[in-house]
Amino acid sequence: MRRVSTALLLALAPSAALAEGTMPQMDFANPLTLDQVGWMAVILVVLYLLLSRWGLPEIGKVLEHRAGVIAKDLAAARAAKVEADQAVAQLNATIAQARAAAQAEVAKAVADAKADAAAKAAALASQLEAKLAESEARIDAARAAALAAIKPVAAEAASSILLKLTGSQPAEDKLAQRLDDALAARKAA
Amino acid sequence: MAGPTIDALGQFTLTTGLGGLGRAVNFTNSNEAMLGAAVVVVLVFALGLRSRALVPGRTQSLVELLYEFVRNMCVDTIGEEGLRFFPLVFTIFSFILLGNLIGLFPYFFAFTSHIAVTLTLALFVFVFSTGVGFYTHGFKFLKFFVPSGVPSWLLPLLVPIEIISYLSRPVSLSVRLFANMTAGHVMWEVFAGFMLLLTASFGVLGAFASVVPLGLNVALAALELLVAGLQAYVFAILTCLYLHDAVHMH
Repeated sequence: MRRVSTALLLALAPSAALAEGTMPQMDFANPLTLDQVGWMAVILVVLYLLLSRWGLPEIGKVLEHRAGVIAKDLAAARAAKVEADQAVAQLNATIAQARAAAQAEVAKAVADAKADAAAKAAALASQLEAKLAESEARIDAARAAALAAIKPVAAEAASSILLKLTGSQPAEDKLAQRLDDALAARKAA
Repeated sequence: MAGPTIDALGQFTLTTGLGGLGRAVNFTNSNEAMLGAAVVVVLVFALGLRSRALVPGRTQSLVELLYEFVRNMCVDTIGEEGLRFFPLVFTIFSFILLGNLIGLFPYFFAFTSHIAVTLTLALFVFVFSTGVGFYTHGFKFLKFFVPSGVPSWLLPLLVPIEIISYLSRPVSLSVRLFANMTAGHVMWEVFAGFMLLLTASFGVLGAFASVVPLGLNVALAALELLVAGLQAYVFAILTCLYLHDAVHMH
């Protein structure tokens, strides 16, 4: 029981445990304490020479080689991208050029068609105009002929009506005068 | 009857290693661990360099990771001139890291828990960086102890403080590593011994109660793994810092 309580005390205070025994680390009467330092120096020098002459430079070479490969690949990728960009720009230019040419062609065809249609329409219009004029002239001629034909009939009818009504023959020139007046009035109406 | 006692410090006792040959030349058990650490480092390099693949495998990745980690630490802390000291810093870092890690295994000796070892390493770093300072700047390096931009009447006070803080560098550098490793291993041993004591004192009940110190030791194992890496890193980065001071004087 008593031993357990001391153990508890020791466990809770490791410094007490250190104070109780002598630390082997502080035992400089032991020749091994300093001899280990000598051997450490030997081991460290060998380790240093191995690492500085062989291990570290070799790892450095591996890392350098990797960095070189990565840089080279990146440069190649960058060049390829520039090339691709140029090709895309060229393609775009060609497409734009072709589109402009096609549009010009279409515009020209449309203008040609319009001009053609306008010419045809003008020709047709003038032809119709001529026909119209001709027809009008014919109508006028027919009317004049009809009017000319109506005058002797009207004169004969009027002289016969007057003869029957009055029993006298009207004066030839007077009758013609009155007929002309009546026809002119009818025409004006 | 004599029950088990807690011998937390026995693990640090130096004996001779490598049989009769070791006994003849005082090659100690801590030197065995050092040799193991160095061999592991060289072996990992040899394995990592076997294929030299463009896309690295696991061992090669490990070595490259370590290489770039320490290299960046040197360049970031010291500057481009730091590459001259890169092999040295790498040797110290890998040696201490492997020493700490090997010491975590049961029955393996943790040589970084010996003040003689850590003090030697720290003194080497101290003397080396001071030497670099004088080699780079000549006697102008002494100006390092005169802080710039302070009134001259303060200098008689500040210069001794600067000198003392400079001289205390190897002490803090060595004690930090030594104390961290020693404390961790002592705690481990104490809790493990506590399990034996509980079992011896309370029988079956005590054996069940031992789960508590066992759990504590499991948690400690994780902590010690962290400490092993962290202390190696701290030692290396402080080495870089001291070299930075020697090269740049501020």
